[in-house]
Amino acid sequence: MGAHAYHKPAAEMFQVSSRLKRTINVLLGVGILSIIISLILAYTGGSHEEAGHGGHHAVNFDKTRFWADILLSNWYFLGLTLGGSVFMALAYLTNAGWSIGIRRIPEAFSTYLPYAAAGFILIFVGAAEIYHWAHEGVTDPTSANYDAIIAEKSAYLNLPFMIGRFLAFFAGWFLMTRTIRMHSLAEDAEGGFFRHKRNKTMAGIFTTFFGVTWAMSSWDFMMSLDPHWFSTIYWVNQFAGMWVAAISTIMLFSILLKRAGYIQFVNTSHYHDLGKLMFAFSIFWTYTWLSQFLLYYYANIPEEAVYYFERWAGFKFLFWLNLILHFLFPLLMFMTRDAKRTESMIIPVATIILAAHFLDLYLCIMPGTVGQAEAGIYSWKFILEVGIFAFFAGLWLMVVTKSLSKINLIPTGSPYLKESVLHNT
Amino acid sequence: MSQKFVLGYFDDEETLMHAIEKINATGTKIYEVYSPFPIHGIDDLLGYKRTRLSVAAFIFGCIGFSLALFMQTFMLGLDKWRINIGGKPYLAWPDFVPVTFEGTVLITALGMVFTFMWVNEFFPGAVEKQPHPRVTEDLFVVAIKSEDAEGSDVQSIMSSNGALEVKEEEVLL
Repeated sequence: MGAHAYHKPAAEMFQVSSRLKRTINVLLGVGILSIIISLILAYTGGSHEEAGHGGHHAVNFDKTRFWADILLSNWYFLGLTLGGSVFMALAYLTNAGWSIGIRRIPEAFSTYLPYAAAGFILIFVGAAEIYHWAHEGVTDPTSANYDAIIAEKSAYLNLPFMIGRFLAFFAGWFLMTRTIRMHSLAEDAEGGFFRHKRNKTMAGIFTTFFGVTWAMSSWDFMMSLDPHWFSTIYWVNQFAGMWVAAISTIMLFSILLKRAGYIQFVNTSHYHDLGKLMFAFSIFWTYTWLSQFLLYYYANIPEEAVYYFERWAGFKFLFWLNLILHFLFPLLMFMTRDAKRTESMIIPVATIILAAHFLDLYLCIMPGTVGQAEAGIYSWKFILEVGIFAFFAGLWLMVVTKSLSKINLIPTGSPYLKESVLHNT
Repeated sequence: MSQKFVLGYFDDEETLMHAIEKINATGTKIYEVYSPFPIHGIDDLLGYKRTRLSVAAFIFGCIGFSLALFMQTFMLGLDKWRINIGGKPYLAWPDFVPVTFEGTVLITALGMVFTFMWVNEFFPGAVEKQPHPRVTEDLFVVAIKSEDAEGSDVQSIMSSNGALEVKEEEVLL
């Protein structure tokens, strides 16, 4: 409309400030220290001759906890990375104009994928520590470790097949997200619709591929921690959690970049739209969480209900805290229109959602691996767990901000840039 | 009850918005603008306050939430009609979540629809209030009460700013 004059934003280059560098270095330093201490604890301490999962082998819980923490952090940051990729793909598929101005942020997220791959290769090294199905002899009827249920599932749950799947998934994600980003960057110089149309096709292929592969990755890395148990909605819940966390991160990046003097065209309408997504998907997460919970609660079959029994009996406080942080806080704090448009309200909500996502994954992983008695959260060892997480957080921030600083922060060649800059809801 | 209005007819929303800005500059109060489709930014120009429909939604949501919870505790809490479902406790929160959720959504949705209709006077037998049949198709109309227009030159402002026609008429608005 005539009321707003349009000034096309000029190209901008992001520079990693010394404060950000210091933050990343502190995170990395704390992380490396925690990893070293955890490794010393894990590989020098003797193993406890206790009844573990199978009941017959020695378990060193410090070792299990270390690998479970590595899995948690990797899964968390894989979620943020892929969440960013899905965000940029969805913008193409839905012809969204409003989010174009900030699309360099999720694009930068996707550059973490090779590092995520390296992290998951690490997990295969420690697979036997956390995945019961990877123990020796579980499929061998003559072994003391024999587990009939896992033996039935071993056609799918075995390490070679899992590594093969993992390689195929990562190769697909990497190639597709890199193509989308490459076209988007090349568009700056060329303009026009050619790159945009290419990306639209690629976004369609990527989201389809992602839907299937994310579901399978959730089974592989997360659900198989409790290999006797299964849930068909598990991956939807995992998707909802990572998606709301990824949107919160994009929101935080936009606010912090704007405060640092970049992307000045971002206004409260952009915050409002991102905020609506955060609000909606934190409710969606609760919806899928409850859908999963209710079925096991109603049916009350011991083999299935045991999954929730472990979480209820040993982690009751966290069980409730997870729902409060993931659902009640965003619901009540983000309900009004003004809250979604005010930075001082957005930052706490986004932070709470990110913390709740950590807690959610903690409750997914820990009961099935170390159990209540040895969970780090009940002892000083929780500091180490947070420290390991800090290492991956630092690494992720370093990679993402580095790739942000190498490119033009504003997609000046995008045909939708004007719509994004004039966005008004 | 019909009243006297100054009506300015436009066929383009850009010129309409421009004319409204000019009228605003004179300080004349615009009674209403009729348009076949929503125009971005016009609510700011006309100085409309934001709708309070969301407040109504919240109140209806609270009512629905309480009603649904009351219904279930009433049905399952009293010894009269309670049904034993799988040996579960009669008053168990997970059982109540789906019904409470649906009850909240139902009452909120119905309440919002009826509030909206009430505020906009949409109900059976309502009298049609529009200055011209074409405002539902391709015509934009600015309506100013004659008493407000008195002593200002809004008529000439509108005709010199792209209005197809400006006239004073007694209509029901």
